[in-house]
Amino acid sequence: MQFAVLMGFVLAASSPLLNRWFGERTSLLLALFPALIAGWLLSQAPLVFSEGPQLLEWEWVPSLGISLTFLLDGLSLLFGLLITVIGTCVLIYAGGYLKGHHDIARFHLALVAFMASMLGLVLADGLLTLFIFWELTSITSYLLIGFNHTDIEARKSARQGLFVTVAGGLALMAGLVLLGVASGSWSLYEILQSDDDLRQHALYTPLLICLLLGAFTKSAQFPFHFWLPNAMAAPTPVSAYLHSATMVKAGIYLLARLQPELGGTGMWVTVLSVVGATTMLTGAFLAIHHTNIKKLLAYSTIMALGTLTMLLGIGSDYAMTAFVTFLLAHSMYKGALFMVAGILDHETGTKDVTAMGGLRSVMPVTAVIAFIAALSLSGMPPLFGFIGKELMLEAALGAERVQLLLVLFAFLAAILTIAVAAVIALRPFYGARHETPKTPHEAPLSMLIGPGLLAFGSLALGLAPAMLGADAMLTSAATAVSGGALPVSLSLWYGVNVALIMSVVSLILGFLLFKRWDSVRGQLARLAPVMRYGPEAGYEGLMNGIVRFSEWQTRLLQNGYMRNYILVMLVVLIALIGNSILLRHSPQLALTLDVRFHEVIVVATMAMGALFATISRSRLGAVVSVGIMGFSIALIFILFSAPDLGITQLLVETMTVILLVLVLFRLPRFSNLSTNLERIRDGSVAATMGVLIFLLIMTAWSIDQFETISTYMVENSAPLAHGRNIVNVILVDYRALDTLGEMFVLALAAIGVIAMLKLRHGETEGKAVDGEKASVKEPYDG
Amino acid sequence: MVKSGTIILNTAARFLMPLQLMFSVFLLLRGHDEPGGGFIAGLVAAGAFTLYLFAFGVSATKEVLRMVDPRDLIGAGLLFGMISVVPAWFMGQPFLTAQWWTIPVIDFKASTPLIFDIGVYLAVLGSVMGMVMALMEVDKDEP
Repeated sequence: MQFAVLMGFVLAASSPLLNRWFGERTSLLLALFPALIAGWLLSQAPLVFSEGPQLLEWEWVPSLGISLTFLLDGLSLLFGLLITVIGTCVLIYAGGYLKGHHDIARFHLALVAFMASMLGLVLADGLLTLFIFWELTSITSYLLIGFNHTDIEARKSARQGLFVTVAGGLALMAGLVLLGVASGSWSLYEILQSDDDLRQHALYTPLLICLLLGAFTKSAQFPFHFWLPNAMAAPTPVSAYLHSATMVKAGIYLLARLQPELGGTGMWVTVLSVVGATTMLTGAFLAIHHTNIKKLLAYSTIMALGTLTMLLGIGSDYAMTAFVTFLLAHSMYKGALFMVAGILDHETGTKDVTAMGGLRSVMPVTAVIAFIAALSLSGMPPLFGFIGKELMLEAALGAERVQLLLVLFAFLAAILTIAVAAVIALRPFYGARHETPKTPHEAPLSMLIGPGLLAFGSLALGLAPAMLGADAMLTSAATAVSGGALPVSLSLWYGVNVALIMSVVSLILGFLLFKRWDSVRGQLARLAPVMRYGPEAGYEGLMNGIVRFSEWQTRLLQNGYMRNYILVMLVVLIALIGNSILLRHSPQLALTLDVRFHEVIVVATMAMGALFATISRSRLGAVVSVGIMGFSIALIFILFSAPDLGITQLLVETMTVILLVLVLFRLPRFSNLSTNLERIRDGSVAATMGVLIFLLIMTAWSIDQFETISTYMVENSAPLAHGRNIVNVILVDYRALDTLGEMFVLALAAIGVIAMLKLRHGETEGKAVDGEKASVKEPYDG
Repeated sequence: MVKSGTIILNTAARFLMPLQLMFSVFLLLRGHDEPGGGFIAGLVAAGAFTLYLFAFGVSATKEVLRMVDPRDLIGAGLLFGMISVVPAWFMGQPFLTAQWWTIPVIDFKASTPLIFDIGVYLAVLGSVMGMVMALMEVDKDEP
């Protein structure tokens, strides 16, 4: 399994090559990847059903407790199958939708990488692994929303989605760390199996708040829902996959995963029910404002996400059954509807449903698919969506807290959803033909397979839920979510009950609303001035505030004067070092004058170099005397038998002098700009720093708190690391991870320097980068 | 501003550069047992190219580097660093566990630390050369 997920990333990275070799068939080829994983997951299903959760372990950094362990139980199996099956459909569909697009390789890269991250997320057992995959889905989602990167709206939406989900990701990280600390384990499996009750733990409230923030932002819950409709700037296959069927359900997945351990408290039930129900109604209410078919679907997705959260909040057995059923039903019909929306956009050239009409005759297959999927969305029998909706209403009726509110919201949302479903299924296909920007034709087969499969799947699962293995699958998933055995047996007919009556009434009211949709929209348009003060306005305000704040602090702290940077750094250092030396330790001054003559000479040379550098009135002279200091230090290293350090110091010093000399030629003439007062200030800061560093070294020398590890390294470097040069063994073996990090820092610094120089370079050639002037106005002064 | 060098510098650079480069490879390969290693070797190699750069200017140095952009060297270095992590995975061992193989005929000890060190070498060489060449190019345009 680990191999499959990691293969996904390799496959993503090689997609540009694959595109070059296989051209238009690449989408089909890549679709094999999720299809194979789906097959493997199905083959594991009987084992999971009979034996319970399966753990696939792979120790990674055992000393830090990090392992790449995957957990396969009913819930992750259900999610894994959704990701791979819908992923297969979407990849085939994308082959048709983006046919001939010049950048399709980039699309494949991000989409397959997303697929692998999402699989990793739902299969991860380690809390930290889960977090990393979680962030990877945010990043790939950002790349996919901003796929049309020449469009400013797409870039803005991508950034908004990223900021909201990554801000939530930070909260999630805190939450997961708290969870790890509170439970004493970093493995989800162990946390779920342990007998400790985290609900009684002192950290329960903060960790729950952090986790909920992470889940709510990812899953577009009110008031963070605004990024999802904007994410519709992505190509439609992305919307169908990420922003309805999979990624936005990651937050829901996390909540469902932790429900057995954290759920059921007053806080959990109230927050999740109320936020979920509010999201549900907000989504459904905002949906009918829009005539853009993708926005309609996006808001109805928000409604569905709210429903799922609400069901998790209610937490009864009934709600858990409803949760898994609704989850499966929604992913199928919403995936299909999004792809239908993409077909309509692709064939007619418009996304506006009011601009379409009578397409039934030219696109009969699409019309049938849309009709079936919309029936499932509206919850009509005998579709699978009907079962999901019945169970959902039933669960709301059985809620223990805020029952009235939940039932009312669910009922209203149902009416609005039915109107939305009718708009999508009927408006483009019936009525009079409209002129559209493009002359519509039936979509190619590649674009019909995916939505067709999902739509007819909804029908088949509705007619015979037990036969197709849905019962077994959902039983296993519901068991994982509720924490105890919970058999699920679905059927279309539960007898005449309150839920059924609510369904029928909402159906009639919803259809009436659809009939009057145009005039209702006119009425709603009057609300526009009020709607502008939504959460999105808050987001904009916050972002602008951050930009203003950073402008202010940049002007204050990063004003481009080297002397100010150094002054700030030194003063801070003096404060920190001074604090710990003078206040926490007593400074030691055990001077032993056991020095030899040549050492004195080297040190004296060094001191003279430093002195000359400060008083020199020639820059070249100063550089050379600083160089003398550096070479003397190298000499000291060699005298104290550290040849590696000596060589390194020598080379670094040489390079520094070369770089400084190159810069010197570009500086203005040497002149005295500082006043005497400033010189006294700078001099005293420098002197204080020098004295403090001296004290620090003397004190550190006398403190002997820990046993030195150098003996261990000396003894083991040859037998364990096959190397006699301990310095090198430390760099490339003992502490290779640190070195790897340093390599990245070095690379970043070099790229930064190159970029800054090239930017100035561009300006002199008249290709000025507007707005972003090179940040350095007068970088160096005398 | 930096003019091409004198005859002495030019001649010296022409002969010294290959020697310095060979020396840098020598330092790189012996690094695990004797003083040396990727960081030092990378600096020596960068010194070799910088000397050549001072003697013959940016365009001549670019020709010597044969279309290899220093920025690509940085990337290649990071890639080598990451690649050296991979073999341990296949052996089922923790992240970054060193792997050793002996190549039989020439009796050479190949290892992931060596691959890692080559990565360090390339990253250091690329970073320093990138900065030096960027600085030189700016000079060229602003007399």
